Amino acid sequence: MSLRAPLLFVAMALLIVATGLVQGWNLALTILNMGLISAIMSLGVNLQWGFAGLFNVGVMGFVALGGLAAVLVALPPVPDAWNAGGLRLLGALALGAAVLVAAVMAWKRKVGGRARALVLLALLIGGFFLFRAALDPAVQAIEAVNPSLTGYLGGLGLPVLVSWPVGGLLAAGAAWIIGKAALGLRSDYLAIATLGIAEIVIAVLKNEDWLSRGVKNVIGIPRPVPYEIDLQRSEGFAAQAAGWGLDPVTASTLWVKVLYAGLFAAVLAVILVLAQLALASPWGRMMRAIRDNEVAASAMGKNVTARHLQVFILGSAVCGIAGAMMTTLDGQLTPGSYQPLRFTFLVWVMVIVGGSGNNYGAVLGGFLIWWLWVMVEPLGLWAMELITSGMAADNWLRGHLTDAAAHMRLMTMGIILLLVLRFSPRGLVPER
Amino acid sequence: MTDILNALVALSNFVLIPGAAYGAQLALGALGVTLIYGILRFSNFAHGDTMAFGTMATILVTWGLQSVGISFGFLPTALIALPVGIAITGLLLMGTDRTIYRFYRKQKAAPVVLVIVSMGVMFVYNGIVRFIIGVGDVNFADGARFVITAREFKEMTGLDEGLAIRSTTLITLVTAAIAVALLFWFLNRTRTGKSMRAFSDNEDLALLSGINPEKVVAVTWLIVAALATTAGVLYGLDKSFKAFTYFQLLLPIFAAAIVGGLGNPLGAIAGGFVIAFSEVLITYAWKKVLEYALPESLEPSSLVQLLSTDYKFAVSFAILIIVLLFKPTGLFKGQSV
Repeated sequence: MSLRAPLLFVAMALLIVATGLVQGWNLALTILNMGLISAIMSLGVNLQWGFAGLFNVGVMGFVALGGLAAVLVALPPVPDAWNAGGLRLLGALALGAAVLVAAVMAWKRKVGGRARALVLLALLIGGFFLFRAALDPAVQAIEAVNPSLTGYLGGLGLPVLVSWPVGGLLAAGAAWIIGKAALGLRSDYLAIATLGIAEIVIAVLKNEDWLSRGVKNVIGIPRPVPYEIDLQRSEGFAAQAAGWGLDPVTASTLWVKVLYAGLFAAVLAVILVLAQLALASPWGRMMRAIRDNEVAASAMGKNVTARHLQVFILGSAVCGIAGAMMTTLDGQLTPGSYQPLRFTFLVWVMVIVGGSGNNYGAVLGGFLIWWLWVMVEPLGLWAMELITSGMAADNWLRGHLTDAAAHMRLMTMGIILLLVLRFSPRGLVPER
Repeated sequence: MTDILNALVALSNFVLIPGAAYGAQLALGALGVTLIYGILRFSNFAHGDTMAFGTMATILVTWGLQSVGISFGFLPTALIALPVGIAITGLLLMGTDRTIYRFYRKQKAAPVVLVIVSMGVMFVYNGIVRFIIGVGDVNFADGARFVITAREFKEMTGLDEGLAIRSTTLITLVTAAIAVALLFWFLNRTRTGKSMRAFSDNEDLALLSGINPEKVVAVTWLIVAALATTAGVLYGLDKSFKAFTYFQLLLPIFAAAIVGGLGNPLGAIAGGFVIAFSEVLITYAWKKVLEYALPESLEPSSLVQLLSTDYKFAVSFAILIIVLLFKPTGLFKGQSV
């Protein structure tokens, strides 16, 4: 193995340390934490694109489903809402699912063309109205329960760490549905279908108040680590902080971030090891064989569509886990903050820049691009101030340029992506 | 009898006319996507942002015209600015092709690589638009707002329901019809248009018969610039300009192009209207129309809205999935690779 990858990782670590020295450790740790999460998302996309050549532009949707899992698992249930309409709502959802299953079963029956289509249509349209008739009153009842504070069913009240695997499962379920419909067709169709599912997931999160309070946001998701304020109150911690030469307030914020970083690093390590093992296994070889030549692989008896479905679900699940972790870190679910450019396309830049097909590359790309994403804004502002320093303070161009520095990010990311694709299409750490 | 008329008027006012305008805008967008797919053979993710860029260029020219006191009477000034906007967008697209896409074309890169490249282009265009005009809402429609207002219509006909025809709706339909007619005339009647169709049908055969691929590609980008800018400006006049909304139009536009059959211009137009009308029909609250159309005993108590308007993406998505499952080449036969 060449020295390239380790050297690049050391350089990345130095970048973060330098950020800590210049701009403060608080920012450095913040970048590190989101970098760890980005690295996991990037691993998920690398599974799909790097291993199997699947083009998923719905990362945002899977990440948001992970976030939803954090709410559904960790928040305490709202008993009044459950009494008001919880069971009716579950019944309505079960009815909806039953209609869909019946429709699929009707479709699978190998009899009569037109009759089957009519039955299917009647089933779906009738089922839809029945579903709405059952769902709407339940939703109204639930959303009427103390809408300013709850107005939703709440979660299960379990430890928030449980939500990480649950987030993966939710994302895997969504991926299964999409994969069933769009895999096996041309590659662009999967892209469009995933683009669509991501928008729909966000629309559901924004509008279904009974589920996660919609745009009213869910705040105060329980933490897996202690609260700063509790640390500051504890005698032992204050003494220890003094030992490090820090005041308790700074020490507690840093310590909480370090704890998060430890948790995230553990998850990243597990997923990275699993991904490496998968890549080196016969399964990984088969995946790459399918990616490089689908026709030859299927001639060798490999079921290309089934394998694609498998890896698509796995990769989406990894994105879901990362999404649950991110919402845990934020402590809140804000559906309005999910933007495709930030959560889908940025992850793609990470994978391409890092080196598609190489897990270490994906991880490195996750850290590097996240660091850049955070840094471009202050750097851009600084550059703009330099450019405009000769102009009068009230010059409109000066004001416009300084305001526009905030939008430097997207352009920078686009240019980086285009440059890497053109001059180093295999990324920083190429696949062997 | 008047009840039926009222129902019809309400239906046209809230469903048919807005649906037709939206459909025309989507059709123009989908035509651009489908042309790029047919000639350059990749799905252009930057199309939404191309539309945003073209609209932005047109808005800037409009502002320039307005500041020197030029207006277009009761028509929006943006229509005079449109050709300039198209020219600017054409320059941008040709420049992008020269610096970026041509390299991959020469390499005969896989389509999916070009899709990823177009993602990078999307970032850059989006950055440019945000950089120049910002992220806020820009309303640049001027001129007369209505051809007929609801009140005038009520006075004219004596019906309870008003039919308001906004001038932007009419402009959208007329402009789209002209654009489509020009496009089909060009594709079917001119030498360059015929060479484009030949190139799309069979690249190797076209090259053998001496068609210059670079010229075909350049003309395609120019046409795409015209279509995208027109679609964007019409959408912006009808609603308002906001960079992010244009990015989100990508989904219904792609759905329209795929439903019609990728690479098939006629299909793109049909697909645009299919998607637009399904969106409007499914997210419209039918209470008003049904109140007029049904006898009193059957009148609905709820809004009779199948899905809330926030789920309009779900509609284009559902249609897309249905088409993918049952007819992957689209309603009109498109290409499938």
